[in-house]
Amino acid sequence: MTTASPADTAAHESVATPVSTSVTSGASDRWAWGLVAVGIIIPLLGYVVPDIVSDYRLFLMSTMMIYAIAVLGLNLLTGFNGQISLGHGAFYGVGAYTAAILMDKVGMPYWTLLPIVAVVCFVIGFLFGLPALRLEGIYLALATFALALAVPQMLKYRWLEDLTGGVQGIVLLKPEPPFGLPLSEDQWLYYYCLIVMVILYWAAANLLRGRSGRAMMAIRDHSMAASTMGIDVARYKTITFGISAAYTGVAGALSASAIAFVAPDSFGFFLSISLLIGLVVGGVASLAGSVIGGIFTVLVQNSSQSLSNFVKSDLGLPFDLSPYSVYGILLIVLMYVMPTGIAGGVAIAWRRLRR
Amino acid sequence: MTAFLEVSGLKAFYGQTQALYDVGFALEKGGITTLLGANGAGKTTTLRAICNMVRAEGRISFDGQPIVGRPTESVVRLGVAHVPEGRGTFTTMTVDENLRIAAYTRGRSAKADVQQDLDMVFEYFPRLKERMQQQAGTLSGGEQQMLAVSRALMLRPRLMLLDEPSFGLAPLIVQEIFRILRRINEESKVSMLLVEQNAALALDLADHAYVLETGRVVMAGPSADVKNDENVRKSYLGY
Ligand SMILES: Nc1ncnc2c1ncn2[C@@H]1O[C@H](COP(=O)(O)OP(=O)(O)OP(=O)(O)O)[C@@H](O)[C@H]1O
Ligand SMILES: [Mg+2]
Repeated sequence: MTTASPADTAAHESVATPVSTSVTSGASDRWAWGLVAVGIIIPLLGYVVPDIVSDYRLFLMSTMMIYAIAVLGLNLLTGFNGQISLGHGAFYGVGAYTAAILMDKVGMPYWTLLPIVAVVCFVIGFLFGLPALRLEGIYLALATFALALAVPQMLKYRWLEDLTGGVQGIVLLKPEPPFGLPLSEDQWLYYYCLIVMVILYWAAANLLRGRSGRAMMAIRDHSMAASTMGIDVARYKTITFGISAAYTGVAGALSASAIAFVAPDSFGFFLSISLLIGLVVGGVASLAGSVIGGIFTVLVQNSSQSLSNFVKSDLGLPFDLSPYSVYGILLIVLMYVMPTGIAGGVAIAWRRLRR
Repeated sequence: MTAFLEVSGLKAFYGQTQALYDVGFALEKGGITTLLGANGAGKTTTLRAICNMVRAEGRISFDGQPIVGRPTESVVRLGVAHVPEGRGTFTTMTVDENLRIAAYTRGRSAKADVQQDLDMVFEYFPRLKERMQQQAGTLSGGEQQMLAVSRALMLRPRLMLLDEPSFGLAPLIVQEIFRILRRINEESKVSMLLVEQNAALALDLADHAYVLETGRVVMAGPSADVKNDENVRKSYLGY
């Protein structure tokens, strides 16, 4: 009968079709600001209950926020614009290395770096988005997969060694609290990450609420129909690729500061997959879901070792659980219980409760 | 004098395969022209060529301007609204959002106009008004077709390209939609290029008809004449 248009098939191949994409409305705005207030208070609790809110826990929460920003970037591309990426770890790595090189070789202070990193990663993402225009679904997945494999290798290249430090990587300094604020390094890192995350989240929410956001989602839903509505599909897709890479690159730059170290093998395929899993678990096409995804990613990475020990010594089972297998198991369980991600599952549960 | 939409010597290609060899037709301002033809004849491709969604060669002029090779969004801005095959619903967005997307080409300043256009659309399709907050992917097929036509209307087009608006719909709904298409043509002065499998209905609505066969126009004329042609009767009308 009718010949399926390329756009049709693309729509079916996209990672996951979100059930609904209501971007933060008035009520959830109040929620979001409430959570920000809680986020501001948490480190201060360290003065009351130092054992519970330890520096180490604050550091973990900082990495959660960093991953949340990275997943948010991926969500803009994959969740809201329908372009899948198996290679966002590469942009994260480029962001981290750009920051590290600027700090280590150029001697720039950490707090000047994020705009530069954002621009660099935007340009790289935009350029990668140009050939990606010709690829849909599984082919785009493959191309981005190649990117994920290539970047760590490139960082190890001999002729880049002066800049990148080769396999050794680059050792950095942790950010110092500014203006002589009486904060520990980890407390300040926490606030720094919180500020950046809130700004980027707010910017993304505004972007998605407006005409550009509608256009991005229309392209995801049906790119051919979007062009019949006068939307410049190619322009939106490449710009979205750039913005997405910028977000994830900024997260990478933050991580370089947080860990005070970069090495090529931290930015391999496993990182890309972690971000994608964070996206799916948190909620495709959900901003709040991105934050949940960031928290999830760090929790799994940190608990997989103790879970492995638990299985081995306490249950007496002869298994070595790698982070991969913990991811696998959790992912299967979650996909069954909450097929639209944790954010989607919570939204559905909330609606049921209110009824 | 040249026609409102004039196509001649049109060829179109999907990669290496050629889908159109020699398509030509004309559409008068305010008129309705229909393209008939078997599956795979090239009807959809012809509409896509007008909007520059496939690689095309030949001449297409709209309102006196050549538009071959012009980017799709720029053709849309000239006032050409394409209602694509399969309706092209933005499934995860609400009906309201689907309709407002169309106002996109008009920029930010047009809030009041958008409301006015929405009112016009509801006048034609009152059913959509009740479903404004519904997720568009959950509309019935007929409602999605109404949405597709409405969305195109929100562009304030001068020419509508309609690709099988009757596809997969119950006869009563089809008749309703065709009645409304006639009203849109008369009241909103929108010219139409209609691709249809339902030749009987299409020939009733259109003033001119062209029959395509494997990428070529094989017959043309006023609808009344085409309707009486023996081959057309046998092949497309079934009597
Ligand atoms: N995306 C595509 N890639 C390659 N070939 C295509 C593509 N779309 C259509 N074709 C080919 O172009 C020719 C014309 O197709 P077209 O879709 O224009 O037919 P149609 O007249 O609209 O048919 P139908 O009534 O079935 O919708 C067919 O031979 C078809 O196989
Ligand atoms: Mg067709």
